[in-house]
Amino acid sequence: MRVTVKLFARLRDLAGSGELVRDVEAPATVHTVWRSLTAEMPALVDYEATMSVAVNAEYARMAAAVHDGDEVAFLPPVSGG
Amino acid sequence: MPLAAVTRDPLDLQALARDLATGISGDGAVATFTGLVRNHNQGRTVHFLEYEAYEPLAVRALERIINEALEAWPAIRMGMHHRIGRLEIGEASIIIVAASPHRTHAFAACRYGIERVKQIVPIWKREHFEGGEVWLEGAAADPDDERAKLAAYRIACG
Repeated sequence: MRVTVKLFARLRDLAGSGELVRDVEAPATVHTVWRSLTAEMPALVDYEATMSVAVNAEYARMAAAVHDGDEVAFLPPVSGG
Repeated sequence: MPLAAVTRDPLDLQALARDLATGISGDGAVATFTGLVRNHNQGRTVHFLEYEAYEPLAVRALERIINEALEAWPAIRMGMHHRIGRLEIGEASIIIVAASPHRTHAFAACRYGIERVKQIVPIWKREHFEGGEVWLEGAAADPDDERAKLAAYRIACG
């Protein structure tokens, strides 16, 4: 199945792109997607302890299920305001 | 105008305040908060800021904060707009307006709003300073973190 990965701020810079399309094997969770991403780009792994995640623009947990066509976002610590 | 918004356009505090405050004779106060881009940060001279958002989730997070404030202070009406893109020194990055029968709740809701923005809204600022640039990183966003929510509430209530 195919998911769209969204990356922001420094995570986007590290990956060199804010949007990637990735194929992962079902059944998958956010964690599955993250593992495949960090296998490809080890520099991202430092963010594992501090980032938040979202599925289809709703906050989610790493254990949340991911389905074909979903948008999975990885969010560094926020700094709005 | 929407109560919660993320926009590339300059923010219009007067318009948001007018939307929230007109024609309601029970209102006793309108409090507003405007966040500005400052020319210094952590000893660095700042040239400008660049804000980036995960827009759909950022709007939802702003809506969530407004709803939390309405639970805490049921008589208020509240709006929050955040600007993104390149912002120059002195420009407004965020505006918050709270109208209420009582000033205490209007002030508290504004303060609560900005504290929660810094906790849970997926927006990031890149600081372009004298000699470099850096993504600023604050809180690990977790809207379900009740301790963070309570901390914001306590700050809001002084």
